[in-house]
Amino acid sequence: MEQLLRDYKQFLSDYITNLKEQNLYNGQNYVRQLIQKNVAPEDVINIHRKAVDEIFDGLPESLSHAYDFLIEVMVQYGLKTREHQSLLVQKEELRIEMDIAARIQNILLKTTIPKLEKLDIGMISEPIRKMNGDYVHFIYDERNDLSVAVADVVGKGVPAALCMSMVKNGLETLEYGNYEPSYILQVLNRIIEKSVDDGMFVSSFYGRYDLEKGILTYSSAGHEPALYFNSNDGSFYDLESKGLLLGVMPEVKYPQFNIQLEENDFIMIVTDGVTEIRNYEVAESRKLLKEIAFTLRHLSAQEMCEKIYVELQRLQDYNLNDDFTIVILKK
Amino acid sequence: MMKKSGIILYSHGGALNMELNIHFHKENNILKVFIEGEIDTFTAPKLRDELEAIDIDSLVFIELDLSKVVYMDSTGLGVIVAIYKKVTRQDGNLKLVGLSNRLERLFAITGLSELMNIEADVKVV
Repeated sequence: MEQLLRDYKQFLSDYITNLKEQNLYNGQNYVRQLIQKNVAPEDVINIHRKAVDEIFDGLPESLSHAYDFLIEVMVQYGLKTREHQSLLVQKEELRIEMDIAARIQNILLKTTIPKLEKLDIGMISEPIRKMNGDYVHFIYDERNDLSVAVADVVGKGVPAALCMSMVKNGLETLEYGNYEPSYILQVLNRIIEKSVDDGMFVSSFYGRYDLEKGILTYSSAGHEPALYFNSNDGSFYDLESKGLLLGVMPEVKYPQFNIQLEENDFIMIVTDGVTEIRNYEVAESRKLLKEIAFTLRHLSAQEMCEKIYVELQRLQDYNLNDDFTIVILKK
Repeated sequence: MMKKSGIILYSHGGALNMELNIHFHKENNILKVFIEGEIDTFTAPKLRDELEAIDIDSLVFIELDLSKVVYMDSTGLGVIVAIYKKVTRQDGNLKLVGLSNRLERLFAITGLSELMNIEADVKVV
């Protein structure tokens, strides 16, 4: 503190004597050093008081009292400053924890795409923030069925990620049971309804494709309708299904449908991040999606997913506002 | 009783501003809630707080008027579902009115229109 006082006194008396810009500048640099050393605002005023006292050979008593008063007042500023600094440290700690959590989530929720001869599978899932609120789960089993679940949890960030881990665990527990898609959604619904708060829910499409017969059996819980492309007539059909979101009510039954796929037919399962384009009506954006997919239909399922993503990003000036997931199953 | 509240949020560029206004109008034991603006990730917490503060027990009927809602995402839907569940648990009645085509579709796809008391916008476009 003695050294600080000597330096400060020098800068102050230089300024009083010369009144030059350079002297002020020196003072500003000096304050930066004080901030780095975490000197409290009230201590800076105390240094100033002592420096003035020494430069002018003593202060009038009343002025000395005025300084006492100012120092007391500045103590409050000092407390706030220290509080702010400790918040900055906490924020940094949280950021580090978030990064770790995001890395763990990426490992836990990593989707492995099975490589199959009879079905070409493509997928893209891009989070808007660090953690993805969309999740895709594939199961290929010895009965020669390929199952796919696409889930979208409401909200984003950490709560969404935690909820998604629950969905994944549910799906993994159910995958050995040879259950129907409608039943799987019914159980998932019960799990989510029990465990999450009132405003939290998940939309999900669940499909099971029989690789021998080429039949897709699907069920949907409040999910954006999947698209079916019929290569024979060259048109798209919406796979409408009235099923309630997962997690809203305890006992819900889900309808289930079958569709026969022929050569070059494909199914496109999307989340609402794909079809909810701001300033576009949903009908328009779904139409747009169909047009884009139609022009790309000769490509592999994976190439289609990637090209659609690039094209929709371009149309929205590379500024998507939701997690974005497309899965394409192509016969 | 009339209460008014509103928030304005600015994006970093300052060009886009999203606003959500909520007005309450109570007559006897019917509460009408007029919601105006965009219900998204940024404004939904405001709506949730306002709706959670409603004293459901003193009311017979709550009506949410969404005719001035220009945009609602799944976070907004979450707020509506939460109030629906709360009101239903306490044996109250909730009704949604004035839904645009877009909102009607959102409630239909999510299966919520089968569950809730919903009246679409009757205006002839």
